[in-house]
Amino acid sequence: MTTRLISDLGGLPAGSIDRSEHEPTMTERRIDAMMILLRAKPRSFWVSDENRRTIESLEPTTYAESAYYERWVLAMKSLLLEKGILTEAELDEKVSEVRSRKQLAKI
Amino acid sequence: MNSHTTDHEHEHDHTVFQKDIPEPKEDWEFLEIAIRELLIEKNVLSAREIQDEIEAWEKKNPEKGAEIIARSWVDDDFKNRLLNDGNKAVAELGFTVESLKLVALENTDELHHMVVCTLCSCYPRTLLGVPPLWYKSREYRSRAVREPRAVLREFGTTIPDSVEIRVVDSTADCRYLVIPKRPANTEKMSEAELVKLITRDSMIGTAEALDQDGQRS
Amino acid sequence: MTNLFNIGDLVRVGDALPPGHIRTPMFLRGCNGTIIKHFGSFPNPERLAYGLNGLPKINLYQVLFKMDEAWDGKGDYADGDTITADIYETWLEAI
Repeated sequence: MTTRLISDLGGLPAGSIDRSEHEPTMTERRIDAMMILLRAKPRSFWVSDENRRTIESLEPTTYAESAYYERWVLAMKSLLLEKGILTEAELDEKVSEVRSRKQLAKI
Repeated sequence: MNSHTTDHEHEHDHTVFQKDIPEPKEDWEFLEIAIRELLIEKNVLSAREIQDEIEAWEKKNPEKGAEIIARSWVDDDFKNRLLNDGNKAVAELGFTVESLKLVALENTDELHHMVVCTLCSCYPRTLLGVPPLWYKSREYRSRAVREPRAVLREFGTTIPDSVEIRVVDSTADCRYLVIPKRPANTEKMSEAELVKLITRDSMIGTAEALDQDGQRS
Repeated sequence: MTNLFNIGDLVRVGDALPPGHIRTPMFLRGCNGTIIKHFGSFPNPERLAYGLNGLPKINLYQVLFKMDEAWDGKGDYADGDTITADIYETWLEAI
């Protein structure tokens, strides 16, 4: 049976609201910027509704426990793969390359 | 040439100036870098465009919204135009809200609006900038529609029971902007002075505008 | 599609549980409300979400609900408090 979407939160029990302000990090700003550039004209690779649907398709634990921008990066990855703009293989390779580069930089 | 310089060569020029970017720790931070570099390598996006977009968004902030509210306080005809067709009215002040429908909600002595997006985080971004973290939180999204008065108390806002609280769930492509009530004894204030009384939270509906002395009432 | 509802009409929100991307919150399913605004017609987001064009366009309404209708007293609100949501005609029926 279909139960509620993981994102359909209205009325569910929840605790107090953390009202602390937060200056967005560079990473967060870049994610916002890329999402807009990929979605808006002239590229129009997808529409907002597709983005929402990919977020709703995340594993429930991922949705519940992940940070807001983590969800957006995962959604962006899903959509880029879905649209054939990037492949899983080249992403995996690039992530490894970035990790080893960052590791080397620490030495 | 050490590996640190090599690392910077992979980043766009502009990010070299950001001395205090923390190094990626989480998997998703590595993923963000990987996605960005691949998209740039494949000429899907350019680093310049990303930077330009970031800078454009830095200019979007609640003060823009406050200017609109202040104008609606001093000019009844503008307010009516704003209520009638939000997109068109804000264009008069040089603000463009394309594609999405901007709907202004007027708070009165009888009615107080509070906006939420229970399903995600819909917010009038092109006007007010990035929403606060709390607006996107599970706690706000769950409780605003069921416990609005408890939520308002947490924000330090008390609305008398005789005033209707209307929680507006932004479930489609309309973006809502609350026109908070104009505080008492502000008749002699200029538009520029009034702008300072209109906070981001008062345009979401979790607070009222600041009083004539710029204080929370 | 032609406009089905007028401002002031009483409507009931559907209580089906279809799969996929749905923009009608669970807490309003099966609730009775009043049409207070007609925004016009738009492509169906349930289909846009899957890369389809979402046509033909469907009418979108702002519907007003009493808090009690959704929560039956189990919440923190005053008697006169209300909720609105923007709901597509495919989810509404006249009552």
